[in-house]
Amino acid sequence: MIRLIISRLGQGIITLFVLVTLTFFLVRAMPGSPYVEEKAIPEHALKRMREYTGLDQPLPVQYFRYLKNLVVHQDLGDLIKKDGVKVSEIISESFPVSLALGVLSIGIALVVGIPAGVVAAVRKNTCVDFACLSFAMVGICLPSFVIGPLLAVTAGLGLKSLNVAGWSSPGDWILPAVTLGLINAAYLARLARGGMLDVLSQDYIRTARAKGAPGSRVVIRHALRGGLIPAVAFIGPAFAGMISGSFVIETIFQIPGMGQHFVNAATDREFFLIQGLVLFYGFLIVGANLLADLAQIALNPRLRKA
Amino acid sequence: MFRGVTFRALFLIAAPVCWLLASCQKESQVDRATREGILLVGNANEPKGLDPHIVSGVLEANILRALFEGLITNDPESDTATPGGAALDVTPDATATVWTAKLRPDGKWSDGAPVTARDFAFSYERLLTPELGAKYAEMLYFLKGAEEFNKGKTTDFAAVGVEVLDDLTLRLTLRGPTPYFREILKHYTWTAVPQHVVLKHGKIGQRGNPWTRPENIVGNGPYQLKSWRRTHHIEVERNPHYWNAANVSLNGVRFLPITNLYTEARMFRDGQLHVTYAATSEVVDLMKKEHPENLRQEPYVGTAFYRYNTTRKPLNDVRVRQALGLAVDRQAICDTVFRGYKPAYAITPAMGNYHPPRIAGFDPEKAKRLLAEAGYPGGKGFPRLKILIASKETAATLAQAVQAMWRDTLGVEVEIENKEWNAYLVAMQDLDYDIANAGWIGDYLDPLTFLEMWTPGNGNNLTGWESPAFLKLLQQSFQETDGTRRFELLQQAESILIEEAPILPVAWQSRNYLVHPSVQGWKPLLLSNNPYQFIRLVPGR
Repeated sequence: MIRLIISRLGQGIITLFVLVTLTFFLVRAMPGSPYVEEKAIPEHALKRMREYTGLDQPLPVQYFRYLKNLVVHQDLGDLIKKDGVKVSEIISESFPVSLALGVLSIGIALVVGIPAGVVAAVRKNTCVDFACLSFAMVGICLPSFVIGPLLAVTAGLGLKSLNVAGWSSPGDWILPAVTLGLINAAYLARLARGGMLDVLSQDYIRTARAKGAPGSRVVIRHALRGGLIPAVAFIGPAFAGMISGSFVIETIFQIPGMGQHFVNAATDREFFLIQGLVLFYGFLIVGANLLADLAQIALNPRLRKA
Repeated sequence: MFRGVTFRALFLIAAPVCWLLASCQKESQVDRATREGILLVGNANEPKGLDPHIVSGVLEANILRALFEGLITNDPESDTATPGGAALDVTPDATATVWTAKLRPDGKWSDGAPVTARDFAFSYERLLTPELGAKYAEMLYFLKGAEEFNKGKTTDFAAVGVEVLDDLTLRLTLRGPTPYFREILKHYTWTAVPQHVVLKHGKIGQRGNPWTRPENIVGNGPYQLKSWRRTHHIEVERNPHYWNAANVSLNGVRFLPITNLYTEARMFRDGQLHVTYAATSEVVDLMKKEHPENLRQEPYVGTAFYRYNTTRKPLNDVRVRQALGLAVDRQAICDTVFRGYKPAYAITPAMGNYHPPRIAGFDPEKAKRLLAEAGYPGGKGFPRLKILIASKETAATLAQAVQAMWRDTLGVEVEIENKEWNAYLVAMQDLDYDIANAGWIGDYLDPLTFLEMWTPGNGNNLTGWESPAFLKLLQQSFQETDGTRRFELLQQAESILIEEAPILPVAWQSRNYLVHPSVQGWKPLLLSNNPYQFIRLVPGR
């Protein structure tokens, strides 16, 4: 177990290093430049601005300088277009918002998706099953930029108590969390249903039923643990994705989260911000995958020997 | 792990909790803000910063207008620069070359320190200091010797036409007669930054000086920074040291960086905003039906146009460029693509007493003839050119309309090349395009802000076109003291530009946006630069 954790951590560090290096060179290979604006910047000002950010140096110099700052000073660098703003400030301000939204959404996804999937599996080929399946299909097919504005216009404009957008009172969390939650609930429902169907047809379930255990007990005590394994494998990375923010949800609901920075940093050629965000996201993914692995081991004893 | 009871309990708890949280607010945000005297403004995006010497942009200017006050302010009634800012008056000599600003004795920074002529001189020196690398320094090139100092050709600031005569008197010597100098002074690059605060946090030419961080910033405007949460809001509150604080009506302004215009419109309809940044054509149509009283459609000093790459065949032939221009029906475009825009036949929109020349309109016959003369009768043999656009919706619709007009009228086939914003800008600056969609918004209310860019070597020309005759007329206008004569010279220069057609003006912009009825005193200004201190909020509307 400990050996597994250590080896996964080692792999994680290598992954992150490769990620940092790849991102560094890829963002600089993009066409365009951070200093291109609608109104041309005069040559002499441009020269001074490039000196200030160090982007006038040759690539290898920039790379080793970046690595050194990262490892020695734990410094992700400054923004190029916003003087004196640190990448770490952007992440530390926006991540808590995305984390709150992500946790709430994953909560909604779990509370809606897992029971829907389990019920659908238990009542296979009934109206309940079809209802759950069609709900899931709709959730998967409809993109968030359709569900979001629909919810905003119907619930937000319809109910006086809900704001269509903003992030000022806890009530503002509901619509974006429901939008993000429902989409993931749909995936979870399908995965949970599939997993449960698989488990419910196994011999040990038949044995449990033959012993006279009540239906709910069989489902909850015997089947659920095995049946949720596919769903759990999905939750790990999905959770990392959700807590790092969603550009679409954030622009639809005007949320100061992290997702918008991913997209804007790329279009603005904010090199250091892209690198910082990718590194941070990579860190989350590595961590979430590790946790998902551990959860799967807890659920599935057969994995412990491997 | 998961038990049925847990699920049920979660359901039972979650639903009412959500409802409780949701029903906390009863009064709409606009109603509450109106009661509290806070104006809620949609401001498009997170500002790049609050240092007037570093930033350049409309949304930054919207915030800077609350925090800093220039020598002269804009009078919202007449939409002209009028004495009554940080200076009691700014007066010219007989040639309009030497201007003397008399600062008001009661002018104070938001930390209580007096605003002096030295602050203004320091500010102009800072903006022009080469080490700062200020990209908008050229706004100060009106000052004698400013360009040379900024480009490092001279190193002594004494050679620049800025003199402090005493604590409250500033003398500005310009590079030539500038009768419209007061209009220039409205631009935020001409506001002062507090010398004592800037130098406390860094050196004069230091980039990334933390003096504009929320805990440090000091200004001389009617408002001071109250709170700033990135990508959430910036709020300003009354500056108690402002000289005219007693007559400031609003208690504060809250700027919301709403990037998505549809979200902004929903927030307005939901009672979360007093003023929006812009309304899309769909929103314009909807509001015309539902609440026409909230919709504002106002002229704006901006022009939508196409650039031709005049270094490429066949666009190096003036007849081809003219033919393409004559084949575009601007009226049809304004009716269908741009809501509220006006057909443009010149680059400069009408402003004040300046009326742009009207030379060419929509003339399909002449267009065909010119194209035939250029060697492409009926469009035969005309190469397949590309219209370069950035991924923005109206740009694509406009390009499709133009594409169809050229096909129908001239038999010319063009392609539309859609690039991501940054790549689009690079292609344009590298002259790596045939025809490019473009726009220009004036910095100040004078035709020069639209004409100076077409001089040779100007970083915003980007067409490869240059004309000695055009340049000569512009230079003559720099020496002209008579306003009417000066406009004639500029008109002649613009006629040359339109005649030689390195660009195809399409439409003069208007600004479509929404204003809540409780907002009083919000005027239709050409630069859309309403001074917040003159705005009132009236509840119950």
